[in-house]
Amino acid sequence: MFKYLFARSEDIPEGSAAVYFGFSAITWFVIGTGLGAFNAAKLAFPDFVTGLEFVSFGHMRQVHVHAVIFGWISMAFAMAMMYMTPALGNTKLWSEKLGIWNAFLWNVGLSLGLTLLWSGMTSGREYSDFPWFIDLYIATFMTIPLGINVWMTVIHRKTQGIYTTNWFFASAVFMVSIVFIVGNLPEWFHLTGLTEAYLTWWFAHNVLGLWITPVAAAIAYYTIPKVTGNPLYSHRIGHLHFWSVVVFYSTPAAHHLMSAPLPEWLKSFASVEGVLILVPAVAFVSNILLTMQGKWNMFVENLEIRFTVTGCLMAIPLNMQGGFQQTRAINWYIHGTGWIVAHAHLALLGFSTFLEAAAVYLGLQTLMKRKLYSLTLGNLHFWFLLIGFTTYWVSMTIAGLIQGAGKIYEVPYIDVVMAEHPYMIARWIGGSLVFTGNCFWLYNMWMTARAGTVIPEGRMAHELAYER
Amino acid sequence: MVNFREYKIGARFFGLALGGSMTITLFMPSFDLRNVNATEMALDKQLWAGHESGFSLDDPFLTGEHRPVRVTLKVDPKTGQPMAPTVAYVYPAGTPLPNGVDHPDNLGNIVEQLSRDKGRIGEATKSQGAVFLLSSEPQGDGSKQFYIENASATKGWNPEEVMKAAGDENTYHASYGKSIFVREGCWWCHTLLPEETQDWQVFGAPPMLGDFNGESPTAFGSDRKAPDILHVGSRNSSREWMMLHFFNPRLVQPHSIMPRFDYLWGPVDDKGQKIDFDKWRAEYNEYVDGKRVTPPEVPMYASNSDARALIDFVLSLK
Repeated sequence: MFKYLFARSEDIPEGSAAVYFGFSAITWFVIGTGLGAFNAAKLAFPDFVTGLEFVSFGHMRQVHVHAVIFGWISMAFAMAMMYMTPALGNTKLWSEKLGIWNAFLWNVGLSLGLTLLWSGMTSGREYSDFPWFIDLYIATFMTIPLGINVWMTVIHRKTQGIYTTNWFFASAVFMVSIVFIVGNLPEWFHLTGLTEAYLTWWFAHNVLGLWITPVAAAIAYYTIPKVTGNPLYSHRIGHLHFWSVVVFYSTPAAHHLMSAPLPEWLKSFASVEGVLILVPAVAFVSNILLTMQGKWNMFVENLEIRFTVTGCLMAIPLNMQGGFQQTRAINWYIHGTGWIVAHAHLALLGFSTFLEAAAVYLGLQTLMKRKLYSLTLGNLHFWFLLIGFTTYWVSMTIAGLIQGAGKIYEVPYIDVVMAEHPYMIARWIGGSLVFTGNCFWLYNMWMTARAGTVIPEGRMAHELAYER
Repeated sequence: MVNFREYKIGARFFGLALGGSMTITLFMPSFDLRNVNATEMALDKQLWAGHESGFSLDDPFLTGEHRPVRVTLKVDPKTGQPMAPTVAYVYPAGTPLPNGVDHPDNLGNIVEQLSRDKGRIGEATKSQGAVFLLSSEPQGDGSKQFYIENASATKGWNPEEVMKAAGDENTYHASYGKSIFVREGCWWCHTLLPEETQDWQVFGAPPMLGDFNGESPTAFGSDRKAPDILHVGSRNSSREWMMLHFFNPRLVQPHSIMPRFDYLWGPVDDKGQKIDFDKWRAEYNEYVDGKRVTPPEVPMYASNSDARALIDFVLSLK
C-alpha cells in the first residue's frame, strides 16, 4: 500500500484505499480486543502481571477503548464508505489517493495517540481522553479528509437520487467532525467545572449517536439488499430512521449525568429524548428484518447476512436498554455499575461490530475479487464472537445488578467486589474468546488476499461455493 | 445533478434539526451553568488543584511540573510569630494560576466581586507567583460568603517565604496528586460523584451545582468498580493505612481487586536506600503461601515521591 502514497492517481487500482482501511481495521480489532481481554484478566486476578506502570489497568483501559472505537469501528466505517459510496453512486471514489493517505495518516495518528495515552498523557475526560493536539490531528487528518472524499463522491455520483446508505454516510461524516470540534471545546478553551463534565458526556453521547449508530445502520442498509437481492423494504421508513436519528439522538447527552447536579430541566428533557431513541431503533430494525422476507435461508447459509442480521437483532435489546435505563426510575439503580459496561459492549461489540464485520467481509472479497479463504474459519469467527460477547454481556449484566443492589442496600463495598468475582472471570473468558476469534479472522482475511479463489468478472462473492 | 429541490429542502431541515438540538443542549444550559456562584468546596478545590490536572503544555506528561501546593501555616511568614493554623495555597513563580484567578467570571457574580475588590486577585501574576487564601465575609443572615484572597497583595506574602515558614511536614502536594489520580487511571474505578440516591449515606453528600467551578477535569468516572472517594478523607484520614493500601491493597483488604501501586514509590525510600521490590514480592508471596507469619514491611516513601503526592491528594478529599 505504501507504494501508492506517491503514485499518480490513475495508477492506483480502484478499491485500494478501502482494502487498506479494511486490513487496518481488522488489525486494530485484534489489538483492541487483546487489550480488552488482558484488562479483564486484571480485574479477575489483580496480581496477574503486577508492579509495572506500563501494564497497569489504569494505563491500559483507555487504550483498549480508543483502539476499538478509532481503530476497529471507525476504520471499518471508513472502509465501508470507501467502497459503498461509489458503488451506490455508480461511480469511482472521488480520490483514491486521498483515501490511501487518509488510511495511512489514520494509522500513524492513532498509533501516536494510543502510545501517548498509554504513557499517561491524558486529558482525564472519558471518551475524549486524547490530549487536544491529538484531537486536532483526528479532526484534520482523519475525519475531515474522510468527509471530503465521501461528499465529493456523492456529489459526482452518476445516479439521480441518493440511496439511504449515502444519506447516513454523508451526514455522519459531517456530524462527527462537528461533534469532535464542539465536544473538545473544554480542551481548546480550557472550560472547567460542570461545563467540562457536561461537554465530556455531550461528546461521548454524540460520537455514539451521530457517528457509530447511524453509520453501522447505514452499512446494513447496503449489505442486506445487496447480498439477498431484495430491494430495501421501505424508503420511507428509512426517512423516518434518518430524521429521528438527527433530531432525537443528538439531544439526550445529559442523561449520562443523571446523578450529577446539572439543571433539572436539562436532565428531564434528556430523559424524554432518550426514550424517543426508540423511534429510529424500531424503524431501523423493522426495515432490515422486513427486507429479509423470503430470504431467511441466507441467515443460515451466508456469512455476511448472518453477521448483519445478528447485529440487527442485537439492536433490539440494545435499544430497549438504552431507551429505558436512562430514565430516573431505572437509572438510580444501575448507573455506574457493570450493567452499563455490558450495555456499552452490546452497542459496540454486539450491534455495531457485527454489522461492520459483515461489511469488511463483503468489501474485502468484492474489492480483492477473491472468495473468502475458509468458511470454517469464518464460522469459527462468528461463533467465537457471538459466544464470547454473550458470555461477557450476561456476566456483566448480572455483576451490574449485584452492584446496583449493593449500592441501594448499602452493602459494604468489599462484599460487592467478592460477589462479582465469578462474573469477572466469566468476563475475561468471554473477552478472550472474542480476541481468539479475531485472530482467526485476521489470518483468514490474509489468506483470502493470498490464496482465495479468484471471483470471475461480473459475479459476486456469495454466488461462488466455498472451497474450504 | 445535486440541485434537486428535495435535497435543498432536506439540507435546510438538517441544519435546522442539528442547530436546534445544539441550541437546546449547549446554548440554553450555558445560562444555568454560568450564573452559578462557586461554593467553598469549589474554591478550595480549584486553589489546591491549580489550573489543570490533566494534559497541559505546562505539564505534558503529568509528572508534577509547575504545581501549586497547599500548606498549613503555624507561624506568620513575615514576622515569624506563632499564629492560628492557616491554610494557604502557594503558587511558586511560573505556576499557572487557578481558573478563578485567570477568569474571575467563572466564580459567579458575588464571588467574583468579592475576590476582585477585597481579595485583589487581579494583581496576581504567573511570572511572580502568588499565595492565596480562602477567606470569608460574614453575611447578614449569619452565613459566610467565601472568596479568594491574594495574600501576596493583601499581606505581602511571597511564595518562597510561605513555603519556608510552613516546612515540608505541613506541605501537601495535592495538585500533583490529582494528576497522578488522572494519569494512573484511579478514576476508572473510584468515582468522584456520590449519586443522588442512598449513596450519600455511605459515601457522603452528593455535590451541589456550584461545587465544581474552576475544576478541570472533574473526572467523575462512570464505571464504579470500587468505593466513591469524593469524601474519602473524612472517612479515613490515616496516612499509614493509605501507604499500606497503595503499596499492596491486599495487605489491608485481602479481597481487594485494586492494582498494586508500589511503583509510585520510585527507586528509593525516605532514607535514600534502594527499595528491593523483587525481594519484597518474593517475601510477600511466602506470606501468602503461609510460609511467613507477617508480611514484609512496607518501605516508607520518600518525601518527593509520587506516592506522597497521591496520599496528599486522597487525604485532601474531605
